[in-house]
Amino acid sequence: MQDLAIEVEELGKRYHIAQVAAPYQTLRDSIVNLFAAPARRACSVLRGVAPQADARSREFWALRNVSFDVRRGEVLGIIGRNGSGKSTLLKILSQITAPTEGRARVVGRVGSLLEVGTGFHYELSGRDNIYLNGAMLGMRRDEIRRKFDAIVDFSQVAEFLDTPVKHYSSGMYMRLAFSVAAHLESEILLVDEVLAVGDFDFQKKCIAKMQDVTRDGRTVIFISHSMGSVKELCHRAMILNHGRLEAIGGVEEMVDLYEPRPEVVAAGQVTWSGKDHAPANDFVELESVAICGPDGVARAEFAVEEPVDVRIRFHNKRAGTVYRVEIRLRDKHGNWVLTSENGYTSVDSPDPGLKTPLPAGLVESCCRMPASLLNDQEYVVSVAVVPEEAGTDGGQLYVENLLQFQVIDPACKQNTKYLGLVRPRLAWHTSQLNAA
Amino acid sequence: MPVVAKTAGMPSSAHEVWIEPPRAWAGANWKQLWRHRALLWTLTWRDIKVRYRQTVLGAIWAVLQPLTTMAIFTVVFGRLAQMSSDGVPYPIFVFMGLLPWLFVSQGLNVASNSLVGNAGLITKVYFPRLIIPTASILSSLVDFGISFGVLVCLMAWYGLVPSLSWLLLPMPLALAVVTSLGVGIWLSALNVKFRDVRLTIPFLTQIWMFSSPIIFPTSLIEPKWRTLYGLNPMVGIIEGFRWSLIPRGVAPDLGSIVMSTVVALVLLATGVLFFRRVERNFADLI
Repeated sequence: MQDLAIEVEELGKRYHIAQVAAPYQTLRDSIVNLFAAPARRACSVLRGVAPQADARSREFWALRNVSFDVRRGEVLGIIGRNGSGKSTLLKILSQITAPTEGRARVVGRVGSLLEVGTGFHYELSGRDNIYLNGAMLGMRRDEIRRKFDAIVDFSQVAEFLDTPVKHYSSGMYMRLAFSVAAHLESEILLVDEVLAVGDFDFQKKCIAKMQDVTRDGRTVIFISHSMGSVKELCHRAMILNHGRLEAIGGVEEMVDLYEPRPEVVAAGQVTWSGKDHAPANDFVELESVAICGPDGVARAEFAVEEPVDVRIRFHNKRAGTVYRVEIRLRDKHGNWVLTSENGYTSVDSPDPGLKTPLPAGLVESCCRMPASLLNDQEYVVSVAVVPEEAGTDGGQLYVENLLQFQVIDPACKQNTKYLGLVRPRLAWHTSQLNAA
Repeated sequence: MPVVAKTAGMPSSAHEVWIEPPRAWAGANWKQLWRHRALLWTLTWRDIKVRYRQTVLGAIWAVLQPLTTMAIFTVVFGRLAQMSSDGVPYPIFVFMGLLPWLFVSQGLNVASNSLVGNAGLITKVYFPRLIIPTASILSSLVDFGISFGVLVCLMAWYGLVPSLSWLLLPMPLALAVVTSLGVGIWLSALNVKFRDVRLTIPFLTQIWMFSSPIIFPTSLIEPKWRTLYGLNPMVGIIEGFRWSLIPRGVAPDLGSIVMSTVVALVLLATGVLFFRRVERNFADLI
């Protein structure tokens, strides 16, 4: 209990739809209502109907029954679609809006970055705005003075410091705004996806700064739509869905749960025995697809240094048809890794079956992915068989996310993971150009 | 490198906050206000800076507005209507009444729009919301200071020199600040919920101005009604202000000054209570 920074118990926030539609009332309406409402209530009581609060206002819960803890020094990511209640949760925790039910305990000074440049005033100079924005975010004046140079340095706008910000480019404006926010020293930081500012170089700087912040042992709650930044920055993550807490746990696990994962039928090999279930059309009927080692035996796990064969067996129903065969690879998050077809092979080994009219009967097409091409991770195979003479819509047979397999690196030591979807061995050449 | 202790200036238990559904009525959150006092100064300073930067005339406004009003009132009420002024030159008499009035009316004008004008802050950062109308009223003090300088020059022109009673000036001034805050806080909170409040303000200030003793002395009011007249807090403010500046003629009625003070304090107290009650919905309504 001692080292909890944030405790949230059954938090809920209710909004009225009518409030959303007409954000403010007029005094005139209210005065009219003052007299009309009792009359309406009296009428409904007389008619024996329960008095309705207001027929026009329907309520909805932006957040409901959300409970979780954040330990001190932990970085928690919140993921969820638009309208899932992420921002509402941060607004409640930063006391901008009050909850309707439940409660939360926050131990430590809270800084919230729901937007960069909060309180920036266009008429004032960059210098004035640093002080203004810093004070808004809860920095003391001496604290800002102490950090002033670091802020200016980070923002790269030193020469325009005494120009009103209305003359800044949007990039300069964002950089200055982020710099003030990034130098906020609070024990707890609530961040709402403010990283995507400025050009690419500045974004990298922002991410690096955020990583520094998280390494400082500060407690951070971080909202993002970018699974990449969530994975990079957070220890744990939680998924919000329609205002409810769907899951909370390790960041990898949560991202896997949240990302649209292809549903895979089998690992290693799939064979259709009954004709009813086999993927088929007028031209072809699949018999089996297998992922094999060089020995021709199907399996689901391969070493990085092994070639991987995809063997596709299908029945050709129409004698004389020419086929094009294709495989596609995704990673486990559904990102495309590669597409390969038998008409686009290495120059030294063209497919002998290419553009050859085939007799009716069983056909096997095998695609070999060379050793040291794939990285040590999970892959998912999709398969397509396309008869040449059929139109684009009629005859092609495409089965998505059919099989999965895993590539492993038996020699892999801890912490030496190669980043990337593929891991080819490339040619390198290093030589001395001139002596010192 | 262990950097955890960097921010631990105070024991963290001092920063423990419970976030709960709000209670129906809550008083002012003094602790929070004190913690955010730096923001009050920063916002006041911003309002001042922006006000003088955005207008061409800048500070000249603070001189021109009371001077022209004084000139018109002097011609219309002093010359044409031969209004009594308790033995003080009429221009000075009117100017002394106008100064606190312009401060209060300008204060409640800026304050009433302050929350809506700072919607961007209210939906994005937390701080005690009372700071916003308070800062806008404090920033009006600068205009008051400039106009006061004009008054001193005018008095010197008429050969009126400062006396010891000037030491009492902070009292009517404080009463003016309390009144302006009370009404300003009421209006600012109402304006978030009811946007047509803003439209009633010119009307309200006009009535208030002519029911205040700016163009006429309270000596025109029958003595038995004077305490009751103090229900308008401007009465206590203007009487006190005039008497501190030029302590001659009829001494101000003590009953009306006490009455004005009570009314101003009640306005402020109820304003803060009302503000705190509706404050929690600001971010959702604005």
